[in-house]
Amino acid sequence: MNDSTSTTAVCESGRSHSMTRGAHGPVGTSFKHEHLAAIHVDGLKDGFFEVHAENYMGAGGPPHRALAAIREDYRLSIHGVCMSIGGPGALDAAHLARFRELVTRYEPMLVSEHLAWSSHGGKFFNDLLPLPYTKETLENVCEHINQVQEAIKRPILLENPSTYVAFASSTISENEFIRAVVQRTGCGLLLDINNVFVSATNHGFSAEAYLDEFPLEHVGEIHLAGHSEQRDDEDEPLLIDSHDCAISDSVWSLYRDLVARIGPRPTMVEWDSNLPAWPALRTQALSARQIMAEQEMPLAGEASRAG
Amino acid sequence: MRAENVSCGYATAFAPGLTDPSITVPEDVVAAPGKRVVKRYNVYRNNVTVSLIDALAAVYPAIQRITGVDFFRAMARFHVRATPPTSPLLFEYGRDFPAFIETYEYAREMPWLADTARIERAWLDAYHAADLPVLTAEALAEIDPVSLAETRFRPHPTARVVRSPYPAVAIFAMNRTDGPVTPLRSSEAQDALVTRTEHEVLVSRLPDGGATFLSHLLEGASLGEAVAVALQEAPSFDIQANLAGMLSAGAFTGVHVQRGD
Repeated sequence: MNDSTSTTAVCESGRSHSMTRGAHGPVGTSFKHEHLAAIHVDGLKDGFFEVHAENYMGAGGPPHRALAAIREDYRLSIHGVCMSIGGPGALDAAHLARFRELVTRYEPMLVSEHLAWSSHGGKFFNDLLPLPYTKETLENVCEHINQVQEAIKRPILLENPSTYVAFASSTISENEFIRAVVQRTGCGLLLDINNVFVSATNHGFSAEAYLDEFPLEHVGEIHLAGHSEQRDDEDEPLLIDSHDCAISDSVWSLYRDLVARIGPRPTMVEWDSNLPAWPALRTQALSARQIMAEQEMPLAGEASRAG
Repeated sequence: MRAENVSCGYATAFAPGLTDPSITVPEDVVAAPGKRVVKRYNVYRNNVTVSLIDALAAVYPAIQRITGVDFFRAMARFHVRATPPTSPLLFEYGRDFPAFIETYEYAREMPWLADTARIERAWLDAYHAADLPVLTAEALAEIDPVSLAETRFRPHPTARVVRSPYPAVAIFAMNRTDGPVTPLRSSEAQDALVTRTEHEVLVSRLPDGGATFLSHLLEGASLGEAVAVALQEAPSFDIQANLAGMLSAGAFTGVHVQRGD
């Protein structure tokens, strides 16, 4: 691995990556090609767009053209979905190389991956699958994250999972596990509040209590998304992390409380299927911006309402 | 690559049931106290199967339109379970699907379906292929006419030839869009050239001998060799028309003169 070329890549481009500090954390949405024309007409000022890394791992063609077009005007977040960081096997070296190439090429503001696995035994399952939390899996996850961070020469944000099952063999709580990963690897965290709410409902714990224990000081990005509801074996709600509808009131409420506690953070609205027209997605992002603005400047907010 | 020191147990136990509904939930997989785990594990089974069927539907929209959604999803479900992806890049998935369609019992009355699928697969490969300039007529004109027979062409990464004994190009074109489907009376063989202009993938129907001609050029044969085999296959093979067609479609990125021994 050639250290010198990788570390200087950002400087050579001359592009500025300074985040918009001050008034509020930037807000973003999933980037879908269907929305590109509408974004050009009425975009997301000072915002950012997030893409799934794997969709841009082809050699060329329209996907890269669309991503380059949005990169002209906006900062990017590259969100890996398939690295299988939580898997027991070695990381896929070819996939890691593609990931590094993408990060080098598009110089995103944020880079993230999941605490989950998706490949095993030569098969790719296209889902974010759960893992037991043990000393052994902790070591393995840390090794994988170190490997990714070494490859891309920057820390990643690790996303907390939404889960439907747990493992009898787990010996560590999810929060303890995540905290230990942060301490050992220096990675940051992508806090997905919808995932917290989904998991809390599915496992019968308090989302607020989970957030109380979460290493909030390491959160570099927040995800918001919609979920759908099924029924479990006892005919009680089983929430699915579906990203196919508007953010629920419960998730907005958790978000509002969180921002009041930790201040603004880059916040991204995920919407991956059953896509709305761009204005509807934009409105969700602007709602997040509004919440951050209210928490940041309560007095100004009062004054403008009074006037 | 270094050896991993963690036991594979949890993934080895969790994975098989994802694509095989007859396998029960692994012992270590649990729900909250007082809750059963079956429907919860089934969320993962469902996510895997449905998302991979969706992935095939995204690669093969014309096939889904021809067969109808229910037929397509049933067919795709068999394939997904028998042949899950090996790569996390889903746009690479489904290369074996046309061959699977050929063996799929319920698709036997649609013998042209597999070739139509092959055009769709080539379409997606062209869509994601590398961006390179296309060979222009001007560049070709610079070749000394004396050397023309020895000329070889560098394939453009988007270029693919798909041959079919069925009117696969017409079937593809009619079903790839939302436009009306009209009865197809022709049963002629149709060969396709798939390429990409700057903005869109092109599927062109090749004239007689064209597929043989282009396949040979794509594999590195000289122009003289390719013309000879094309004429052998189709005495009506028109060199000028085929050269013009391959240039305007952008099938090649460069040209060089190299004598074959």
